[in-house]
Amino acid sequence: MTIEDDGARHCAQMLAVARHADQAAFAALFAHYAPRLKAFLMKSGATAAQAEDCAQDVMAIVWRKAGQFDPARASVATWIFTIARNRRIDLLRRDRRPEPEDLPWGPEPEPDQADALALQQDSQRLGEALAQLPEEQRTLIERAYFGDLSHSEIAEATGLPLGTIKSRIRLALEKLRQRLS
Amino acid sequence: MIRHHLSDALLTGYAAGTLPEAFSLLVATHVSLCDECRARLAALDAVGGALLDRQEAVPMAEGALTATLARISGTRPEARPMSRPQPGLFPEPLRAYVGGDAEAVRWRPVGGGVRQAILPTASGASARLLYIPAGTAVPDHGHHGTELTLVLQGAFRDETDRFARGDVETADEALEHTPIAEAGDPCICLAVTDAPLRFNGLIPRMLQPFLKI
Ligand SMILES: [Zn+2]
Repeated sequence: MTIEDDGARHCAQMLAVARHADQAAFAALFAHYAPRLKAFLMKSGATAAQAEDCAQDVMAIVWRKAGQFDPARASVATWIFTIARNRRIDLLRRDRRPEPEDLPWGPEPEPDQADALALQQDSQRLGEALAQLPEEQRTLIERAYFGDLSHSEIAEATGLPLGTIKSRIRLALEKLRQRLS
Repeated sequence: MIRHHLSDALLTGYAAGTLPEAFSLLVATHVSLCDECRARLAALDAVGGALLDRQEAVPMAEGALTATLARISGTRPEARPMSRPQPGLFPEPLRAYVGGDAEAVRWRPVGGGVRQAILPTASGASARLLYIPAGTAVPDHGHHGTELTLVLQGAFRDETDRFARGDVETADEALEHTPIAEAGDPCICLAVTDAPLRFNGLIPRMLQPFLKI
């Protein structure tokens, strides 16, 4: 099974959790993400036991906040990453990280299927681009995201082609603002 | 129209969750005002997602799923909260530090009509609000380390450009500048730095110990 299929399937599972409190879909997401969260947290400096607990915490939050997942703005992996990043700050007693103001959200509009699909594909391509980077550069990006680099050491750009995904999300934001104004 | 945005390095640090608190506050405040940087940030979050997705799985303990299911059993995912940004000068993340909008700031005079209010953030970097009356110059100063200034009201000019609401000026060691508030509303800015400012004029230097920056 390709990663692209994985991305679409995870997206459907996430929406099933959000809309129908689907425990089987949650279990499938858990099987994929919990072991990866654990790996991610261990590389960030957590012990195996801390990472295990924290991965479970993150997945419990994924369940509780499933309604906030917006497939037009993030892949499931990205959305779960943002939750893990915030839990890691608590776990490793890093500096507090204030969040931007929420976008104005009204009564839930159905996410636009085409937008959501396009974003999932962009995310897939980003993953491929990451895999194809020269080893040295990929390691640097990993170190930045695992918290190994201070902010002054982070290079000006990641060297990844982020323009498409940025433009896609920019459009999604514009649509959202128009709908709600 | 915002013309001066956050650097890639700063947004990447924020996406990774590794910035000092004061810098995160400035990033969160700018992103609240700027959809361009909100989209750039979402793209950098996607890099984090791709990294997570490509981790070599480390098996969870036996019974981990059962334990997690037990924690969520009997609960349903929460409905998406409704949110309407409040009108006012300060976006939500800044309000949380001030305890309200602009009128809640507890200003202290620092000379020449300029006022400031230091915001409580973790050590390693500091954040303060600056109030500069129209037409007034902020004392000429150079920088140790990095200083970022985000305009919230009014505008200022310096040797490099003009900065209005939402704009961020990034100053490093090399920049010696004299920002002057434009005519009109007083200029209110959020300034963060990872090192103390060094003022060049005599009186401001004497004041510096009292500024706690
Ligand atoms: Zn911006």
